[in-house]
Amino acid sequence: MGLTSPSGRSLRAVSNSVLLVIAACFALPILWLLVASLDTSATLSLKLPESLSLKNFAEVMTPELAFVPLGNSLMLAGGCAIITVVVAVLAAYPLSRYRMRVNKPFLYGILFGTCLPITAMMVPVYSLFVSLNLIDSLGGTILFLAATSLPMAIWMMKNFMDSVPISLEEAAWMDGASMLTTLSRVVVPLMRPGIAVVFIFVFIGAWGNFFVPFVLLLSPDKQPAAVSIFAFFGQHGTVAYGRLAAFSLVYSVPVLALYVFVSRVLGGGSALAGAVKG
Amino acid sequence: MTSLTTTAAGRDARGRGAHPPRPRGVGRSLVRSLPLVPAIILLAVFLLGPVISSFYGSFTDSSLTGSAAKGASFVGFGNYLELFADKDFPKSVLLTLVFLFASAIVGQNVLGLGLALLMKSGNRVVGAIVGTLVVTAWVLPEIVAAFAAYAFFNATGTLNTLLAVVGLDGPNWLYRLPMIAVILANIWRGTAFSMLVYSAAIDDVPDDVRESAEIDGAGGAKRLVYITIPMIRRSISTNLMLTTLQTLSVFTLIFVLTGGGPGTDSSTLPILAYQEAFKFSRLGFGTAIATIMLVVGALFSIVYIRALKPEVD
Repeated sequence: MGLTSPSGRSLRAVSNSVLLVIAACFALPILWLLVASLDTSATLSLKLPESLSLKNFAEVMTPELAFVPLGNSLMLAGGCAIITVVVAVLAAYPLSRYRMRVNKPFLYGILFGTCLPITAMMVPVYSLFVSLNLIDSLGGTILFLAATSLPMAIWMMKNFMDSVPISLEEAAWMDGASMLTTLSRVVVPLMRPGIAVVFIFVFIGAWGNFFVPFVLLLSPDKQPAAVSIFAFFGQHGTVAYGRLAAFSLVYSVPVLALYVFVSRVLGGGSALAGAVKG
Repeated sequence: MTSLTTTAAGRDARGRGAHPPRPRGVGRSLVRSLPLVPAIILLAVFLLGPVISSFYGSFTDSSLTGSAAKGASFVGFGNYLELFADKDFPKSVLLTLVFLFASAIVGQNVLGLGLALLMKSGNRVVGAIVGTLVVTAWVLPEIVAAFAAYAFFNATGTLNTLLAVVGLDGPNWLYRLPMIAVILANIWRGTAFSMLVYSAAIDDVPDDVRESAEIDGAGGAKRLVYITIPMIRRSISTNLMLTTLQTLSVFTLIFVLTGGGPGTDSSTLPILAYQEAFKFSRLGFGTAIATIMLVVGALFSIVYIRALKPEVD
């Protein structure tokens, strides 16, 4: 770009100042989380803490407050991601490798599924879960979360699989390997990064989901961190802002780390753009 | 977005060369579509099931408690008639439209495009800092983002503290101006998506096109209107569609910030459906709202799918 010209330089200066103002606006709410978690007398406003301490963290890291809910989150998100990835890999293989009559309607259905407003569905989903007797069941909730992330996962997985060259599979077919053997021995090892991207994006989505477990899980010992934080906010929200912020951070760190991993190491940041909120 | 555009290369890989082992006869395509079965079962039970029961349930008087909980009876369009007669529903539709227009169509898209352009003309380090902060607000779990926004907009929160520093007495945002608060919060939360989409689209605009416009004397604003925007118009329409759909299903942010209140002054459709079904036990009523949202979502999806048609065929 012509940055040596005076107009180029002033354009750059204006751009930088506008960017810094926007950065400050976006930073303030996040900064509050960080500062309040270290301040034992935190309020709702960003302010300099009188003293920095890790006391808030020490107080929330108890089995009842943190470990059980985080364990439940891990079970929900991990279970959902494993089921989604396995089912999506299986489904993507025939869609990517064969020309079948079901491909087109199936892919349109998938695309349609990625657009469904899931929050709009929670009332009928609740009725369905009541009639299937699955309310308050971790397994049922995991399956529902998996079904909601499947459309985008299959779509991404098919695209990753399309870019795996077919020539290696041809050798396996010559040797008479079956479809499942070819898939598990040849294709899956070749698309490990793609599978990791899908796994992580499904995991992040399920880990952060609040509404689904909030509606479908009732007993506190089954609820994930998202719901238990909300309950904590309702019970102690008016006093214990520091602890609320500390617990929020503990709960957020895994997904922030996974996002950094997927965008820096796997280069899948832009693939996530079409996925996390889809 | 990248994931949606890689299909073309893959189509070539599949068409050529030898074919997978073929079981002979009628069963062939049956065997081949077998791996689709787990996906079909999951999608049919947990996505199609609720959609169908939503349509059916919206015509019954089912509720969570009382006599109607056992055996719901068919009430025809009763729920819908009641819905349109209820003063909360038209208000909620209007609030939803305002929320969609201000936070998704204008807020996230304009700010996202603006950020993408500024990051290209600004300093690399500054751009990276802004990008990281904007993306962090988006990657944070929704409940945490909602708390952070709650603290920011609260009467005693960061925003009013800052306003007090410059001598202004800020209102109680969450009670006096609930829609402004949830709209700003949703812009803060969701702009990253548009920013990433537009950054990728602008990177795809060839440098020589921009350079030749520059040599011809087109200034920054002219280049934006006549070169950049026409060249990324496909990304703009796709992104408008996706951000609208995502914003239509925003629940947690509003639920934590205002709970739909005061009264129903910030109850968008997802909040209203939740309140009617779970707070007031009017399941049929809530289901009717859910059905209307599903239909609206479906209409948007059809437009979106038509735009992506070449990728499937």
